[in-house]
Amino acid sequence: MVDFAGWRMPVQYSSIVDEHLATRQAAGMFDVSHMGRLAIEGPGSLGWLESLLTRRVADIARGQARYTLVTSDAGPEGLTVLDDALVTREHDAADGSPRMAMVVNASNRDRVVAWLRSRLPAAGVDFRDRTFETAMIAVQGPLAIDIVCGLCGGDDAPRIRGLGTYRATQATLAGQPASVSRTGYTGEDGVEVVVAADVAVAVWDAIHDAGASRGLRPCGLGARDTLRLEAGMPLYGHELVADSDPFAIGLGLAVNLDDTSGQARRFPGGDALRRMRAAGAPRVRVGLAFDSKRAAREGSRVVVAGQTVGAVTSGSLAPTLGHAVAMAIIDRGCGAPATSVDVMVRDAVQPATVVPLPFYRRPAPRA
Amino acid sequence: MAADLKFAKTHEWIRPEADGLATVGVSAYAVEALTDLVFMQLPPVGKKVKAGESIGEIESVKAVSDLYAPVSGEIVEVNTALPGRLETLGQDPYGAGWIVRIRPDAPAEMENLMDQSAYEALVKS
Repeated sequence: MVDFAGWRMPVQYSSIVDEHLATRQAAGMFDVSHMGRLAIEGPGSLGWLESLLTRRVADIARGQARYTLVTSDAGPEGLTVLDDALVTREHDAADGSPRMAMVVNASNRDRVVAWLRSRLPAAGVDFRDRTFETAMIAVQGPLAIDIVCGLCGGDDAPRIRGLGTYRATQATLAGQPASVSRTGYTGEDGVEVVVAADVAVAVWDAIHDAGASRGLRPCGLGARDTLRLEAGMPLYGHELVADSDPFAIGLGLAVNLDDTSGQARRFPGGDALRRMRAAGAPRVRVGLAFDSKRAAREGSRVVVAGQTVGAVTSGSLAPTLGHAVAMAIIDRGCGAPATSVDVMVRDAVQPATVVPLPFYRRPAPRA
Repeated sequence: MAADLKFAKTHEWIRPEADGLATVGVSAYAVEALTDLVFMQLPPVGKKVKAGESIGEIESVKAVSDLYAPVSGEIVEVNTALPGRLETLGQDPYGAGWIVRIRPDAPAEMENLMDQSAYEALVKS
């Protein structure tokens, strides 16, 4: 068990490699209750989030989730990336006003909540931090949907099966009301489920009991990290930091500079992002593949022809691939796939090759 | 686990041998805590080390850990088969999983280390 942003969390339940492979081959379940869960309700909520987030929110459909950055215009460049987040229009209230949910990183929750509160309008938006009254369980892997649907009655199971990626619905799971979204952080199919905190253990046990005989394993922070690394997903504090250029790290998809009619959107940090996009990023986030199992770690220097061209942001053995991989942010000129680089792993030089991200892509589902 | 083993706080064990050398490895507890070992670096034969100095490293998927010399002395033999068969560390940590043999400068230095029951108390606390 380790301290993680104030939460006591397991790095592993059994072994990182076993948990990782179980998620790729069957299913893994993750207690991700440490993630910050925010609720934004009221008639003004869509417009308010539209004025704050890098991603368009005004045209988000009911039951749709979008990946966004939370930015302010502080800092020398006029841009500070406070976090990356998932914003979901969960459902609409009886009066038609949208109920929005945001999931933010545990390590950034306090400052994101403070920032959002500081921007609240006088009326029309009800903002609450629901982190401590709810719990969140991710079920990921080729059997995840089957296992979760087996715990749902009525038409919930077919509705969850039919959910598209980045879509969400409300369901009764193991007898408890749950928000279910087809999202995750592993590169596998699966769902993330939010339930009331006081039923979290019962729901966890129900999912575990339903899946254990089919190979589902509880997974800790270690496997969560190796899975997202193989899937090429950025992690705040590593690939993505406060002064990141999102276009350099492949997060242009999280930035909508214009609205659907082509008009420039206005949000904190928007002008800086426009300048960055026009200038073009001098650096790029790449994948590095090693022959050996010895992993480069965050901060390991990347060297080409004797010159330091960047640094590793995350690195580990990739259990699915059987060799070490890393993500690095390096000079664009050295970022073409198949480029040979040297990585300084502690006192040793480890040769590596630039490869496209992700390292791992799940096989297409059988028809 | 034999009664002639002594343990360092940093989880290495050491066993005095009849020929005056001492064999060093890492405890079963440490191997189990590390899990998923991927890499091991051993010191060169002939290296002179002080007690508490790094003599190599063990890397797991989780983290990199230094190996420390439990006593001062000279490395006279290393288990070169080990890095290619890291599973041996878990299967036989006090036998085939030995890491180095040291010629201790002062065999009495081993008296500063923990016996088995003191070590077990430490890792249970």
